[in-house]
Amino acid sequence: MSKMLQFSIRSKQQWTNIALQAALVVVVGGLIYAAAVNAANNLAKAGIASGFRFWDNTAGFDISQTLIPYSSSTSTFGRAFWVGLLNTLLVASLGIVLATALGFTIGIARLSRNWLVSHLAGGYVELVRNVPLLLQILFWYNAVLKSLPDLRGSIAIPGGAFLNNRGLFLPQPLFGANFGYIAGVFAFGIVATLALRIWGRRRQERTGEPPRTLYYAFGLIILLPLAVFFGAGAPLSFSFPEVARFNIRGGTEILPEFAALLVALTIYTAAFIAEVVRAGILAVAPGQTEAAQALGMRSGSTLRLVVVPQAMRVIVPPLTSQYLNLTKNSSLAVAIGYPDLVQVFAGSVLNITGQAVEVIAVTMAVYLFLSLVTSLLMNLYGRRVAIAER
Amino acid sequence: MAATDHAYMRDAPAQLLPAPVASTGVLGWVRANLLSSPVNFALTVICIAAIVWVVPALLRFFIFDAVWSGADREACLPSAQRPEPGACWAFVRVWGSYFVYGFYPVSERWRVDLFFALLAFGIAWLAWLGAPRRDLGAIYFFIVLPILSYILLSGVPMIGLPDVPTSLWGGILVTIVVATVGIVASLPLGILLALGRRSAMPAVRLASITFIEFVRGVPLITVLFMASVMLPLFVPDPFAPDKLVRALIGVALFASAYMAEVVRGGLLSIPRGQYEAAQALGLSYWRMMILVILPQALRVTLPNIVNTFIGLFKDTTLVFIVGIFDFLRTIEAARGDPHWATPVTSVTGYAFAAVFYFVCCYGMSRYSRNVEARLARAQRR
Repeated sequence: MSKMLQFSIRSKQQWTNIALQAALVVVVGGLIYAAAVNAANNLAKAGIASGFRFWDNTAGFDISQTLIPYSSSTSTFGRAFWVGLLNTLLVASLGIVLATALGFTIGIARLSRNWLVSHLAGGYVELVRNVPLLLQILFWYNAVLKSLPDLRGSIAIPGGAFLNNRGLFLPQPLFGANFGYIAGVFAFGIVATLALRIWGRRRQERTGEPPRTLYYAFGLIILLPLAVFFGAGAPLSFSFPEVARFNIRGGTEILPEFAALLVALTIYTAAFIAEVVRAGILAVAPGQTEAAQALGMRSGSTLRLVVVPQAMRVIVPPLTSQYLNLTKNSSLAVAIGYPDLVQVFAGSVLNITGQAVEVIAVTMAVYLFLSLVTSLLMNLYGRRVAIAER
Repeated sequence: MAATDHAYMRDAPAQLLPAPVASTGVLGWVRANLLSSPVNFALTVICIAAIVWVVPALLRFFIFDAVWSGADREACLPSAQRPEPGACWAFVRVWGSYFVYGFYPVSERWRVDLFFALLAFGIAWLAWLGAPRRDLGAIYFFIVLPILSYILLSGVPMIGLPDVPTSLWGGILVTIVVATVGIVASLPLGILLALGRRSAMPAVRLASITFIEFVRGVPLITVLFMASVMLPLFVPDPFAPDKLVRALIGVALFASAYMAEVVRGGLLSIPRGQYEAAQALGLSYWRMMILVILPQALRVTLPNIVNTFIGLFKDTTLVFIVGIFDFLRTIEAARGDPHWATPVTSVTGYAFAAVFYFVCCYGMSRYSRNVEARLARAQRR
């Protein structure tokens, strides 16, 4: 009897669940179907094509910064997509490097025993975190970079660079014929140093002798390529920018849009990274430091061998999500006209083709792809550094 | 026992000496905190140099040399008495009402003021943890206030409130409306999504996870673009929502995905025993959630919820990009006014905006820290 009752109750619950889920599927499916039908109707009414045939059509608009060859008259929309994507990746990767450096500095400064240093760092974090990023981007672009002197009053920076409201003009390196060898030697130096490091660590585990990779690394990565460079007759020259009547000739240009976006992203994300770093270091129990000191380790070794490895385990996951945030935030470029993926593709291409559904879907798919790949890598990392429980 | 006859032994305890001057008081504090090592000393010198270099210049620009009144740009241009004029606050004063109301008709602005007052009342009721009848406060904030606000701001000609189309709304009003709609919509939606993500029903779980991960994986800009460009395609023509509503839908969906993850964090922190105890009492799923689990989970995660609101408040600036006149956009518009074209106008406008956002966000973050400290005290018992 009781068994039967239990059975009937459970199955009633199960039937309710199945009915609920079926209802959900029907509602969501119905909404999607209705949206698709409406979209098809509305698009047909507006005379807008659908599908990805536009991908191979000539774009016909200019892009102010292109990392790969691109011309408005011959390049396709597909090419414009790659130009925008590369610009996004450029600003995001530079931003990640700079924000990490600044963020770690500020985060460690917040924990300084020096009252002034820790409070200045705290003030930085509070100020930057509580002001919207878009406002900061507009500030750097409109109030700082755009109010620099114009072409006539270009500020000459020692080393042959110029700064004015059109951007920063740097000497452009011109690589000679043999420059490839030097790059090759440099790459070899890095690989050799990594190999040396692995070998040194194995030897330390065997014999206890600490490795001295640093000197070899300096020789391999810096001295050796330099020697080859001068041996090959210094195959490198610079094209220096010159202020002409209406523009700046020669050299290479860094757009003010790029600079403003990079500065704002770096400063904003660094404040969040600083908090992540601080929390990570505080998460290492003080007993760990004390135990290391009791073993006679110096403060440098304590930090390097005991505190940092444990702190990294706490720091890396939120740090990655900050990197993702930075990448997603780089889409604010559209506000100041830096040609990133959103500005080029979801802006210009969308306006010209009118194919909102396809364009937005592709744009979202790119960011989604980046997010998913990052979280996949993060899970792998998390599994690697997880504390081996007994 | 008599006094000892060894001369080198004390027969009374020594007088307690005060700590050395150098390790107590201001001097001790300075030595310990600023000058403890050569590196520390160098850092202190660098910091003081930086402060001396920056702070007086800032004070001069924003206060002492600032222009506080004037009718147009003449006041803020460099002149004989003022070779280097500071911030042009006169510009902010002249454009002030535009920054708050946008183009909302002057005769109807009392409605906006009333809305601000009603909202402040609701926030105070919910934020003050010791307030009476906070359950009524929640009903007021999440049900009564949205309806009242809609009637007030948008207007119902039948009861004597003329229609004000959203194209006239602007400034802080729009920023607050976007933020409030985001908050009011994202909390219930976020809770539902979080429960859905932990549901035993695979279809519900899958739908929730897909939505949450999708929205969290893309930038808000693209969600706003989608709302403003694609939404009109998805509904039959006559029902196409107006521009502000489209942005509001985008913001609300975006915020609810983030809120869902925060609420899920709270749900995860509730021990299994609480669920089992509620089930043992014979409570149904919803009664268990509403009466036992959610009150605890939301309390634990309140600081994180407030932090999400801070992010949301900052993110409201992005509606700027889809052409809505929020506070930042009004600053941008006023900045370009040729009557006020001076070298300092932009800086002044941005500084004013920064102060507004900073005060709001910093206030919220102080509040969330207070709540956190209070929860920590309650945990310690």
